[in-house]
Amino acid sequence: MSQKNRIAGGQIDRAKTLKFSFDGRSYAGHPGDTLASALLANGVRLMGRSFKYHRPRGALSAGSEEPNALVELRGGARQEPNTRATTVELFDGLLAKSQNRMGSLRFDLLAINDRLSNFLTAGFYYKTFMWPAAFWEKLYEPVIRKAAGLGSLSGKDDPDVYDKGFLHCDLLIIGAGPAGLAAALTAGRAGADVILADEDFSMGGRLNSETFAVGDRSGADWAAQTVAELASLSNVRLMPRTTIIGAFDHGTYGGLERVSDHLHSPDAGKPRQILWRIYAKRALLCAGATERPIAFDNNDRPGVMLGAALRTYANRFGAAADRRVAIFTNNDDGHRTARDLHAKGVRISAVVDVRPDAPLHPDYQVLRGAQVVDTRGRLGLSFIDVRQADGTMRVVECGALGVSGGWNPNVHLTCHQRGLPVWDDAIAAFVPGENLPVGMAVAGAANGVFTTAGALRSGAAGAVAALDLGQTPDLPQTEDAPVNITPFWYVKGCARAWLDQQNDVTVKDVKLSHQEGFRSVEHLKRYTTLGMATDQGKTSNMGGLAIMAELAGKTIPQVGTTIFRPPYTPTAIGAFAGRHRGQGFHPTRLTPSHKWAQEQGAVFVEVGNWMRAQWFPQPGETHWRQSVDREVLATRKSVGVCDVTTLGKIDVQGTDAAAFLNTIYCNGFAKLAVGKVRYGLMLREDGIAMDDGTAARLAEDHFVVTTTTANALPVYRHMEFVHQCLFPDLDVQLISTTEAWAQYAVAGPNSRKLLEKIVDQDISNAAFPFMACANITVCGGLRARLFRISFSGELAYEIAVPTMYGDALIRRIMAEGAEFGVTPYGTEALGVMRIEKGHATGNEINGTTTAQNLGMGRMVSTKKDSIGAVLSRREGLNRADDLRQVGIKPVDPAEKVPAGAHLMNAQGPVDAVHDQGYVTSACYSPNLGHHIALGFLKNGGNRIGEELRLVSPLTGVETRVEIVSPHFIDPEGERLRA
Amino acid sequence: MHDLKPVTALGQSAPVAETIGTITIAENDTLALASVAARMGHEEACHAILKKLIGAVPGPGKAQLHDPQAGFWTGPDQWMVSAPRETHELLADTLTPMFGQTATITEQSGAWVCFDVTGAAMSDLCERLCAVPIRKMDAGGALRTMIHQMGCFVIRCKADDHIRILGPRASANSLHHALTTAAHSIA
Amino acid sequence: MIIDHPLLGPRDAAEFTYMGDAKLIDRPDPDADTAAQDFHDYAYLRDNPAGWHQELWFHEAGDRSWLVVTRNTLTHEISKVELARDVARSRGRNK
Repeated sequence: MSQKNRIAGGQIDRAKTLKFSFDGRSYAGHPGDTLASALLANGVRLMGRSFKYHRPRGALSAGSEEPNALVELRGGARQEPNTRATTVELFDGLLAKSQNRMGSLRFDLLAINDRLSNFLTAGFYYKTFMWPAAFWEKLYEPVIRKAAGLGSLSGKDDPDVYDKGFLHCDLLIIGAGPAGLAAALTAGRAGADVILADEDFSMGGRLNSETFAVGDRSGADWAAQTVAELASLSNVRLMPRTTIIGAFDHGTYGGLERVSDHLHSPDAGKPRQILWRIYAKRALLCAGATERPIAFDNNDRPGVMLGAALRTYANRFGAAADRRVAIFTNNDDGHRTARDLHAKGVRISAVVDVRPDAPLHPDYQVLRGAQVVDTRGRLGLSFIDVRQADGTMRVVECGALGVSGGWNPNVHLTCHQRGLPVWDDAIAAFVPGENLPVGMAVAGAANGVFTTAGALRSGAAGAVAALDLGQTPDLPQTEDAPVNITPFWYVKGCARAWLDQQNDVTVKDVKLSHQEGFRSVEHLKRYTTLGMATDQGKTSNMGGLAIMAELAGKTIPQVGTTIFRPPYTPTAIGAFAGRHRGQGFHPTRLTPSHKWAQEQGAVFVEVGNWMRAQWFPQPGETHWRQSVDREVLATRKSVGVCDVTTLGKIDVQGTDAAAFLNTIYCNGFAKLAVGKVRYGLMLREDGIAMDDGTAARLAEDHFVVTTTTANALPVYRHMEFVHQCLFPDLDVQLISTTEAWAQYAVAGPNSRKLLEKIVDQDISNAAFPFMACANITVCGGLRARLFRISFSGELAYEIAVPTMYGDALIRRIMAEGAEFGVTPYGTEALGVMRIEKGHATGNEINGTTTAQNLGMGRMVSTKKDSIGAVLSRREGLNRADDLRQVGIKPVDPAEKVPAGAHLMNAQGPVDAVHDQGYVTSACYSPNLGHHIALGFLKNGGNRIGEELRLVSPLTGVETRVEIVSPHFIDPEGERLRA
Repeated sequence: MHDLKPVTALGQSAPVAETIGTITIAENDTLALASVAARMGHEEACHAILKKLIGAVPGPGKAQLHDPQAGFWTGPDQWMVSAPRETHELLADTLTPMFGQTATITEQSGAWVCFDVTGAAMSDLCERLCAVPIRKMDAGGALRTMIHQMGCFVIRCKADDHIRILGPRASANSLHHALTTAAHSIA
Repeated sequence: MIIDHPLLGPRDAAEFTYMGDAKLIDRPDPDADTAAQDFHDYAYLRDNPAGWHQELWFHEAGDRSWLVVTRNTLTHEISKVELARDVARSRGRNK
């Protein structure tokens, strides 16, 4: 198809042709085009259907403020909804579909909504579907979701990757229009580290869209030359295709760089986008301004566009929206559009200016004091109805109407830290207020400076001020016309005049909102959804405010604006996730025996970030319980080995190390002999148990503390707090050694015999009794640590070697243990054995339980101070009927005792009031041949032997259980000491 | 002498090196590491010994790049000292008598994975990984920071295109993956 | 946010862990007659000012210093950053 509206000039590369497809039809465009400019050049004005009424819509703007021309870009898994055709850089093979239509774009079945518009006014969701409630879920919502809503997702995984990155600079310049370029030139030449970011793929801002000269060349050429100079400076980083999406605390900015969006698909290994975190000592906002429309009836017809957007399409892209154009304006900028289009050979049907003293032009008619009151045309603009100054009506034929209602400075980023803009009467717009984000200044049109010369001056001056430079550089001469504007927001008497085209909010809706009492701007916004679409009301908010102000008899500044929040433009969730998705969601920690365990076919479970072997299936085992039962029985019968490297290890050293542990643990450590280990319980300051573990005294001034896997980090943090903030003069040095040592539990009656083959020293029961610890050597001289501690309840040791030898040691243990049938066991068997032994873990030390609850009340020393000691003694935590840890077994050995179920008395109601306690840990005990559990029971210590009901109303469980001692195996601890 | 064979942090028998674009990422498996923490009241004596050992007392954010022993600051009155493992396998045992009661020495050789990252685009790579202001960092800068949620030390070495990254050993594979994917990103 | 670490200079707040009111440094005397009440107040009662606030931040991904940061909770302005150890000592804490 020919590019029938392609006109001369522009910054497109006509030597190359790009093929693209829109709604299944092929078109051609050129490098430098956007999808919207290419469509317009091909004579396509209709680009989508509106959200609520399914009215035909075309592009309103030529930039990121676009409310209407939203398309589904690309196909397959890369299909992206709500992409603005006005910012999509054209590439060969681009595939786009219009959204929000049922049937074809030209014959939308739901255009009937437009006829029903009286029922779909502001607040219709709230009013219509209030009753009956069930209808909402089953009927209204699905229908509305199908009918309204925007584009659709592919439903597939995003095949692209996204990077994150970090940049530092002296000066971040946001926007590369005349102000931004002048600032970058000034700062760059002075040697400062500068980042110049612009959302467009071509730097220059409005200079690329205008025809006037800057110095001795065109604005676009001056921009290109300036960009070339900046590119040659090593201290300047140019970031085109990069939107600064938010201004955060203390000079931190978010920048979204679209690395590959202009390509068919990203190159292998390359990110689609990068979310940069930019640390800027100073920032200069040169984000320009956005033109605003004027509201009149049926002002949403394809072809009705912003005036300056028509200029951009013509001057920058060589595309005319139509060959016959009219202008509706309240300021001089509309006339600039008319002049430029006229010069390009576009016929100007009329310039309709609301001002009675509007400037005239010899070549086309200017209707002074006139207003466009309505439009006509099917699927696109054909005529406008103009009310002339004398009240007579006139029909003007045109295929495009450029509407120019004045310009709004892009103050958004100045408000991201709670700043409020202030009203400037001279330009009838809000400009940045005083409460700017730390380190930010504003220049150019974003600061209400609307001339090119002014923008250059203020950009350069902004850089000088930000960096404390001596002087401003020489700047070229350029356009410096004053702003002449008469505020004009909407045509009186209009009703179906669109303010927010994306959310289908009309002047009538704003009036209705006011009539119904929603008069604060924040209420107006939420009731009508004005400004709540993906464009965040960049072209519509001001019109709504102005009408609201008029209805309330207030001025616009009295009404105020709603709050601007990041991101400045819609940002893909993938960019926020970066590489942290799927396998990369968080780092994985591998134990030293990981490779070996993989070779054994271990099934792994993620614990924290660790991958731990859960069980080691043997040939013929078809159910995990078979593996776990075997591992438990083999360990209790002979010997088993388990990687326990994941337990937190903290070396506590220094002359006050013992005193420090006395403070950290509720039980005493001062008198622990060198070469001995003790179990320790840590409390929080409120008296609740925090974590448990062991502390081994390797020397007078050296302890090794272990924590649970999950609490390694919080306990270390807590210990540093106690040291640095509470007892700063203790001579204590803390260092985590969790990853420095590979540690294995070797448990079972044959564990000593096995280790005797590995350890170089005497570890007989006499030489190395229960709870002994020592620095030793293994395998003929490798330094190691040995602890005789037991989680399983068996004769057991934990042996540690430097991590790099962990792989070799597990292989050696397995080889030397073959004669004993040594069995590797995983976390499930570990769990079974500790439940059989009645040892608490995170299920029991769960942030609500005390030492008393855990049956360790007497461990809390009263002879010394320790964290949590005082509050652990308070009355509320020491009642006779407090929860107490107990063992639980089913009366019928065939029954299970599910964790999470609650204990109820044998008789009586089952409800929260009569709750007696709950099950924390449960498993099948292969040694006892039935299920067992640990739990907490009111006054549990005195209820051993009692029969209760275990209930779980959610899962329909009701089981009779007997309360027993939590020590199911070897309650006297004889095995430990064997 | 024992007969156990060590493995590298990536779980191999030999260190891995890979060149992607201009970037070379090489696992450095030759370091012995020990932490030195001054004891209360013995700070000056500890500093003197440290200075004798590595030639300086590195301040906050600094490393002393020295041969054979080097060291960098890890916290107030705390340093990590490194030396070639081939000649100093028992570095902590060697340092303990040297520092006596002036410092606590803790074996750290097994706790870290070390990658030497070199190449023209080193700074670009760094910018994709962490918030360290790499372009402003002089040789001998040493900062701890987060790389993909892993606490790592980033040490700017003598050559302009060389950084050394020490990360938690158990996460060696994740860190290596982060480095190589970033290298592919910028290649 | 950026926290100007007294030793390391400006660092991203993402490297820190937050623990709230720096009054936690003032752990009561466990031997006082009023210890039970004092510890109750210490553990449970916190001011939550809209404005200047002294709070504890831990440089977990950095040098593991606890810091006392004086921060305006309304504007996030940070006026002072100190090593908690120094603050603790200045408030009379020792062993």
